[in-house]
Amino acid sequence: MNTTALKEWPLWEIFVRSKQGLEHKHCGSLHAADASQALHMARDVYTRRQEGVSIWVVPSAAITASNPDEKGEFFDPAADKIYRHPTFYEIPDEVGHM
Amino acid sequence: MSATIDYLLHLADNAVVLGQRDAEWCGHGPILEEDLALANVSLDLIGQARLLYQRAAELKGDGTTEDQLAYFRDSQAFRNYTLLELPHHGALVGYAVADRDYAATIVRNFLYSALMVHVWDALQTSADSTLAGIAAKSLKEATYHLHHSRDWLVRMGDGTDESHARAQAAVNHLLPYTEEFWTVSPAEAAAVEAGVGVDVRSLRGAWDALVNDALAEATLTRPQVRGYVPQGKVGLHSEHLGFLLAEMQSLARAHPDGCW
Repeated sequence: MNTTALKEWPLWEIFVRSKQGLEHKHCGSLHAADASQALHMARDVYTRRQEGVSIWVVPSAAITASNPDEKGEFFDPAADKIYRHPTFYEIPDEVGHM
Repeated sequence: MSATIDYLLHLADNAVVLGQRDAEWCGHGPILEEDLALANVSLDLIGQARLLYQRAAELKGDGTTEDQLAYFRDSQAFRNYTLLELPHHGALVGYAVADRDYAATIVRNFLYSALMVHVWDALQTSADSTLAGIAAKSLKEATYHLHHSRDWLVRMGDGTDESHARAQAAVNHLLPYTEEFWTVSPAEAAAVEAGVGVDVRSLRGAWDALVNDALAEATLTRPQVRGYVPQGKVGLHSEHLGFLLAEMQSLARAHPDGCW
């Protein structure tokens, strides 16, 4: 492995849509010199087994992520607000499965 | 019928020999992503070879199998271009300790796929309908191989001083071997006569345009080529094919009829 190249090439996040009508899902990341090369490498790394019909590549640096240290203040306050789940309705029988 | 078989073997031997060569990088690619990309190219080529050998075996009709054609013929019987059997060593061919050079791999794949996109395109109307079907499938693969190798060729040629020098050395070393593309072998002539094959001479202009365009974009120079014309496709090979086949065929010969 050429570690110099790995240090110099930016990281890309790969999103693959498995079939028409479904959303693109994050499936991993890879190193590439630019967006076009990232797209081709994603084709070879992530769609070898017919996993997809469409690929998005996004520079990892363009993603702003939540801070794990702030997990408590970010996510815990939602824990006791079960009324936000739509589970308090009686669903009429004729609606069937939802 | 034998014209078709010989022609199928020429196409199949090309695919299996380059597939085997490129597979030598498996696990040793310059980076992980490219390792997978080149292994994919190899598997496409080996897949093409299988279909072509299967069709040749079917036409022979004497119980021959695809495995016998790939693993139990000797180098003199192979009809691949000499270009495809050369090691990845660039101009250092012949030195046992020479390192593989990825530039040689990329340039070779480019020169070959730039030909095959035209060959497969033309063979879609072959009088042999099975070959026409194989051509339609292979055209998509060759188009991707061309895109892959051309992309790297431009990046290397128009890259650093070292990558430019290596790419230019690989072009200087390998381009002369493409002269073999344009001489018509007896097998090719018979296949063209039967409506099964394509006359390669009719493809030269289109190939030249692809090559010149890519070399210009890669800031590389096309060397003058004259003199020796390789004859791999009539069975006169370099010393390298025997070693390649020895490795490729050893398992099948050690365990005949082995099944996995």
